[in-house]
Amino acid sequence: MSVQHTAAAHIHRDDVASRMGMWLFLFTELLLFGGMFILYSVYRFTHPEDFHLAAKELNTVIGTFNTAILLTSSLTMALSIAAIQRKQKTLSIIFQLLTIVLALGFMVNKYFEWGAKFHHGIYPGSETLLSKPSGEILFFGLYYVMTGLHGLHVIIGVVIIAFMTVFTMRDVITHDNYVKLESAGLYWHLVDIIWIFLFPLFYLIT
Amino acid sequence: MDNHSENHTQHSHGYGVYVLVWLALMALTGITVAVAGINFGRITVATALTIASIKTYLVLTIFMHLRTESKTFRVFVGVALLFLIISFVLLFTDYSFIVRN
Repeated sequence: MSVQHTAAAHIHRDDVASRMGMWLFLFTELLLFGGMFILYSVYRFTHPEDFHLAAKELNTVIGTFNTAILLTSSLTMALSIAAIQRKQKTLSIIFQLLTIVLALGFMVNKYFEWGAKFHHGIYPGSETLLSKPSGEILFFGLYYVMTGLHGLHVIIGVVIIAFMTVFTMRDVITHDNYVKLESAGLYWHLVDIIWIFLFPLFYLIT
Repeated sequence: MDNHSENHTQHSHGYGVYVLVWLALMALTGITVAVAGINFGRITVATALTIASIKTYLVLTIFMHLRTESKTFRVFVGVALLFLIISFVLLFTDYSFIVRN
């Protein structure tokens, strides 16, 4: 009887494989950003003085603040998974919403930061930028592409986490079926890791 | 029942562990900003990258649950990171040689 019961109640699901699939996707992300970090390293190696000068234009305070915001959002994401594991659905939803709010806060800062740069005439192809030495042009080119691509990942992350919040509300994500939320978390933490490297490399060259 | 619910759920860290890791990450961010003001010359980049690597290790093991994942996952991630590092090392041994000559 117990055998039959187990067979009937068995859920055809492989959470380990789901997580492994997510990790495989994250490896492709690692290749994408890794290639850009290689490009950055080579240009920094060939134009050290220009990179130092250009980095001084970046706002370290906003950069540090954004790092703190992103690290905190990683914490709330991890806590939302811990909460759903403990059957605390409402708490999990609150943590997910907090993660979204923090991510949006990050993007708002990014908007002001980029806005200030644009205001000073520093944007790809601008006359002010093109009149600078080639190393500075390369620095800002990399800055816009790499932080821009990272920002795009943040926006995608917000959309994914918003879906997870709806899934949690509708009990698609539950205390014994939360692999979707976990995969979203893995993605979000990778976005955090990429920023952990972008921050010192762009903002802290003094 | 217990048997297959084990397949679908993992052992997890407590809330406190996550908060501790977050505090460590914030402290390390503070250190990396403070240290950037001091000129260590050539090892400045190395210091920043070392701190970033420690932060990454914390995120991977605790936030991304690698510590409680099976060994397969850890080997996977280790190999991926190893190949990324190899590509950096190979590029730089090659590149710095070309530029200097």
